[in-house]
Amino acid sequence: MAHIIDIDGLDGLIASLKAEFDVIGPIVRDGLIRYGPIGSVADLPRGWTDVQEGGSYRLEPGNTEALFGFVLGPDSGKTNLFPPRAPMWTYREGSFSATPDSTRPMAIIGLRACDLAAIAIQDEVLLNGPYVDSHYAARRSQLFIVAVNCTTFATNCFCTSMNTGPRLESGFDLGLTEVLDDHHFVVHVGSEAGASFLAGLDQRQATSDELAEADQLIDITANSITKRLDTTDIAQFLADNLESPRWSAIAERCLACTNCTAACPTCFCTSPVDTTDFDGSAARERVWDSCFSLDYSYMGGDPVRSSGSSRYRQWMTHKLGTWIEQFGTSGCVGCGRCITWCPVGIDITEEMAAMRAEVLAKEAR
Amino acid sequence: MDTLNAGSVSAMLPSAFPIVDKDWELADTYTLHFATDGAFDFDPGQMVMISQPGVGEVPISISSNPDVHDRMSLTIRGSGSVTRALGRLDYGDVVGIRGPYGTPWPLDTAIDQDLMIIAGGIGLAPLRSLIYRALARRSDFRNLTLLYGSRDPQSLLFERELHEWRGRFDMEVEITVDRSSPEWMGEVGLVTSLVDRARFSEADAVAMVCGPEIMMHFVGIALTDKGMHPDNIFFSMERNMKCGIGLCGHCQLGAEFLCKDGPVFSLSRIEPLMKVEEL
Ligand SMILES: Cc1cc2nc3c(=O)[nH]c(=O)nc-3n(C[C@H](O)[C@H](O)[C@H](O)COP(=O)(O)OP(=O)(O)OC[C@H]3O[C@@H](n4cnc5c(N)ncnc54)[C@H](O)[C@@H]3O)c2cc1C
Ligand code: SF4
Ligand code: SF4
Ligand code: FES
Repeated sequence: MAHIIDIDGLDGLIASLKAEFDVIGPIVRDGLIRYGPIGSVADLPRGWTDVQEGGSYRLEPGNTEALFGFVLGPDSGKTNLFPPRAPMWTYREGSFSATPDSTRPMAIIGLRACDLAAIAIQDEVLLNGPYVDSHYAARRSQLFIVAVNCTTFATNCFCTSMNTGPRLESGFDLGLTEVLDDHHFVVHVGSEAGASFLAGLDQRQATSDELAEADQLIDITANSITKRLDTTDIAQFLADNLESPRWSAIAERCLACTNCTAACPTCFCTSPVDTTDFDGSAARERVWDSCFSLDYSYMGGDPVRSSGSSRYRQWMTHKLGTWIEQFGTSGCVGCGRCITWCPVGIDITEEMAAMRAEVLAKEAR
Repeated sequence: MDTLNAGSVSAMLPSAFPIVDKDWELADTYTLHFATDGAFDFDPGQMVMISQPGVGEVPISISSNPDVHDRMSLTIRGSGSVTRALGRLDYGDVVGIRGPYGTPWPLDTAIDQDLMIIAGGIGLAPLRSLIYRALARRSDFRNLTLLYGSRDPQSLLFERELHEWRGRFDMEVEITVDRSSPEWMGEVGLVTSLVDRARFSEADAVAMVCGPEIMMHFVGIALTDKGMHPDNIFFSMERNMKCGIGLCGHCQLGAEFLCKDGPVFSLSRIEPLMKVEEL
C-alpha cells in the first residue's frame, strides 16, 4: 500500500519532523550536493542535477523542477551518523568521563538505496561486534529516515551489481518516489514511526496506475545503469592475487590522498586524538583515519604498509574481499563516490576487471 | 526536545588506575603495578589499552600472575611517545586502562603435551603471565620448557624469575643472547638454535611464541622442520592498534582483526598472511 503527497505535503512532513528532530537533507553548497540542516522544501536543490565522471563532479541546472533530480554528492548517512570527529572522553582531576553528544535526534531526508545499504553495513561493524560504538549507537537508534528512490543515475553508479539499489527495499521510515507529471511523491511506509508521521499529513492513497508509473521510473533507472562489477568469488579471487603486479600499476597513479575512504559511506577507520588544556585536563576525540595514510600502519619505527601499492591493496581487498569474511557482506555498495572523488579518476570497477582479465590471460597462456 | 545525551563511545572509556608501584627492569623497560581489588580478571596473553591522558593510548600485554587477583602489572619498553611518557610516571600518578582484550594463550590445547614457551626480547612479558599459570597447573602438562633469546646479557628481562624457574626441577629453562659480553657464560646465538637443540616430543607438543615477527617466523620454521604441526604452534601478533576492540580498523591483517580475533593465533591460521609482504 502506498500513498500520495504533493510538494506541500513534503513541506508539512519537514515541518512536523522539525518538532522532534534536527532535519537534515540535501542542499547545494560550494557547487556540490551536501547534507546539511534544512528548514523547508525551499532548501532542497530544486532543479539541480549532478554530472559525475571519474575524478569529476559538476552540478548543472536540470530542465525539470525535480527536488531530487540529482544522484549523490560526497556526503552519505555516515557524514552525520559517524561524523569526521566525535568526542570520546574528558579527563579531569584523576577521573575519566564520557563526553556527551550534544546533537539532537536526527531525521535525514534524501538518502538513496545504496546509502541505506551502507548504513546497514556500518550497523554491522559498529553495533553488532563484541563491542559497540556508543556514539554511533545513540545517533543511529534515534534516527528517522526519509529515503528517496533513484529516478536518475550517475555514470559511476553500479548499485545493480552490488544488489543495493536503485529501488528502496528496507531500512527507511518513509520512502519517496518523485514523479514529475503533476509533481507528486509516491510514499511507501517502512516503519510505525513513518506511518504515524504520514498520518498527520495531507495525503491520499495511491492508485495502482500511480504506483505502476513510479515503479517504472525506478525500473528505467535500474536498466540504464551500465557500470558493472563482477562479484563472482570475489573474496577468493582477491586473496589469490595479493601479489599481482596490477597493484603497483594502480599505485603509480594513486596519490594516497584518502579522498576515497572519506567519501566511501562504509569506511569506518578512525584514530584517537588527544588534546590538553592549561588546567591539566585532557580530552580525546576520534577522527576518521584512512588505510591510505602512512601513520595508519605505523609500528615499531616503520609503517607496515610503506608502499603505495600495499595501501591501495588494503583498501580494495578490504572493500571487496575480506569484508565479506569479516561481516558477511561486501564493504562496497556500488555508489561510485570513490571513483568520482578520486582526483586521478581511479575506478575500482575497472581495476577489478583489469585484474580479472590479466589472470584470465595468464591462465590462457 | 532532548539532545541524544548518550555517553560517547563508552567502550572506549578508560578507568582511572593509580600506579601503586614501579620497577625499572632494564635501562629502557619498566613494570607498572596497579591495585585491582580483585575486580580485574584476565587470562595470559590478553592485553589492555593504557592511556596517558593528553598523550595517547597503546596496547600492552599483561605480564603479571593471573591468579593473583589484587594486582595487575604491565611491563613496557619505552620506544616512542606514549611508552616513554608512561615511563616518566611514578607512584600515585593516574593512567587510564581498559580491557582486558583479545584471545588468551590456548593453554588447554597443551594438556598432556610437552609445553614449549618461546620468547624473544620484550616478548617474555606476555609469556610471564602464561608461565605463572602453567606452573599453577603444572601437573596438566608433560615437559615444560622456556626458550628465551635476548639481544645481549644486559637486556635479559625478569632475571629474578629466570633464576627461580631455572632452579625448579619441573621446568627446563634455556637462554641465549645474540651478542655476548665478557662476563656471559651462557649460550650465544639466535633463539632458533635453542629450538634445534631442544628435546621435546614433536607429535605431542604445543608451542607458544612471542617476540618480533621475524623471530616468530624463524621459530615457526624451526619447529615445523622438527616435525611439529602448525596447528600446535601459537604466535602473539602485533600491529598498530588504536582501539583494541574491533572498531578502529588499524590492526587488520587480511580478514583478521588482530585485536579481537587475536592477538594469539595458530601458525596454521596466520602463516599465509605473514608470508605476504606489507599486508
Ligand atoms: C597486542 C600487543 C601487545 C603488546 N604488548 C606489549 C608489552 O607487553 N610491552 C611492550 O613494551 N610493548 C607491547 N606492545 C607494543 C606497544 O604497543 C608499542 O611499543 C607502543 O604502541 C608504542 O607506542 P609509542 O606511542 O610509545 O610509540 P611511537 O613510536 O611514538 O608510536 C606511535 C604509534 O604507533 C603505534 N605503534 C608503534 N609501535 C608499535 C608496536 N610495536 N606495536 C603496536 N603499535 C605500535 C601506536 O599506535 C603508537 O601510539 C604490544 C603491542 C601489541 C599490538
Ligand atoms: S568502495 Fe567506492 S563504490 Fe563502493 S561503497 Fe565505497 S565509495 Fe561507494
Ligand atoms: S578500506 Fe581502509 S579506511 Fe576503509 S574501512 Fe577498510 S581499512 Fe578502513
Ligand atoms: S585495534 Fe582497532 S580494530 Fe583492532
